[in-house]
Amino acid sequence: MIRFRLRGGFGGFVLDAEAEIPAQGVTALIGPSGSGKTTLLRRLAGLTRGEGDVHVDGVVWQDSRTFVPPHRRGVGYVFQEPSLLPHLSVRGNLEFAQRRAGSGPGAAFDEAVAMLGLERLRERSPATLSGGERQRVAIARALLSRPRLLLMDEPLSSLDAAGKADVLPYLETLHRSLRLPVVYVSHDAIEIARLADRALRIESGRLRGPAVELAQAGADPLALLDAAQVRALARAALAAGLDVEPADEPRRE
Amino acid sequence: MVEVVWTTIALAALTTAILLVLATPLAWWLARSRSWWKEVVAAITALPIVLPPTVLGFYVLIALAPASPLMSLLAPFGIRTLAFTFTGLVIGSVLYSLPFAVQPIRAAFEQLGERPLEVAATLRASPLDAFFNVAAPLAARGFLTAAVLVFAHTIGEFGVVLMIGGAIPGKTEVVSIRIYQDVEALNFVDAHRLAAGLVAFSFVVLFGLLMLQRRADVRRAAA
Repeated sequence: MIRFRLRGGFGGFVLDAEAEIPAQGVTALIGPSGSGKTTLLRRLAGLTRGEGDVHVDGVVWQDSRTFVPPHRRGVGYVFQEPSLLPHLSVRGNLEFAQRRAGSGPGAAFDEAVAMLGLERLRERSPATLSGGERQRVAIARALLSRPRLLLMDEPLSSLDAAGKADVLPYLETLHRSLRLPVVYVSHDAIEIARLADRALRIESGRLRGPAVELAQAGADPLALLDAAQVRALARAALAAGLDVEPADEPRRE
Repeated sequence: MVEVVWTTIALAALTTAILLVLATPLAWWLARSRSWWKEVVAAITALPIVLPPTVLGFYVLIALAPASPLMSLLAPFGIRTLAFTFTGLVIGSVLYSLPFAVQPIRAAFEQLGERPLEVAATLRASPLDAFFNVAAPLAARGFLTAAVLVFAHTIGEFGVVLMIGGAIPGKTEVVSIRIYQDVEALNFVDAHRLAAGLVAFSFVVLFGLLMLQRRADVRRAAA
């Protein structure tokens, strides 16, 4: 169980987020641009400091007295832009994570490489990879660090259509096989429909749990979406039938 | 002549080694701190660029002279003065070349941005681990530039070493000063030999640096 209550603000923006998330499955974090999705994710990871509590599986990451720095949290983070360490090869990037992860349950090297289809890319330099390939390496790297919680900040949004098509199937496989809790930020109704078990909605920095179970009978996933996203979903459904790409790209934050 | 060249190279190499160690934490702090008064420190470290070497040399000489406040601190260790010694020369050179070490390293650290360090932190790397295994290798170009500039700048030093060193043969006499003395003694042959050597040396160093940077850029572009 992941429990958080985070507050704080800067400029005109105020974050006020409180929820509990089950320790398994993918929780989508959705909301319009500038609603604080990335801010919330960074606060969960400890990359940004502020007031509040975060508990993950009974371990305190943050409360009024403690603030565990990100490198001691065991938090995996996949950034919006694939952020590989440019001075290391693909293998070097993966080993960087593995070497610091210690032992315990979690992905083994070959397993992570296979899961994200990186067999042929191991010796390449990040600069020679496509955007989609880089993001796959970044995801494998996050898994190899054996995180207790995996945070993904719109991992597909910086990719072009081909890059998205490259990565999405791997994410679906992960979704089926991973035991790990994942918080997945997305703008994209299609991604959410394909990847998430439940969804939390944040608006102008305000978020209240519990998350809506998307598979639950009676729950209407469309209710989570704003009008633009419903249109995007409708277009996607149409596109799936007609076998064409949706017309416009989702907005970037 | 061998002696004077040796003293010069030893001084430059030692100054470079010391400055890489001293300037790195300073450059790191200047690149990452958000306090406004870091610019005060930055201005102080940049002073040697603006000041005439004689000014810097004068103050360092006073600090290193017998019975100065600094030297009375060192008196219990049996050190009475560092003026006109090789050690004094190293201290002066380190101060004089400080900005040439700090500025390229600071620029390289600033260019990194936050992201690589955040990546390292989410992969369980402690700040020190992230510094040595992420920040330092990514700033390698800055370190290379700093090392070459400091080494070359120390070779080319005149005013500071003249003030502090006093040109004692075998101890504190360096090439640039020997050239001046050769010219004063109308000994143009030796002056030519050393001066032409310095010109060739400086060219090779700068050309080598540019080629190294070019190769790094080409590699980056190809990658």
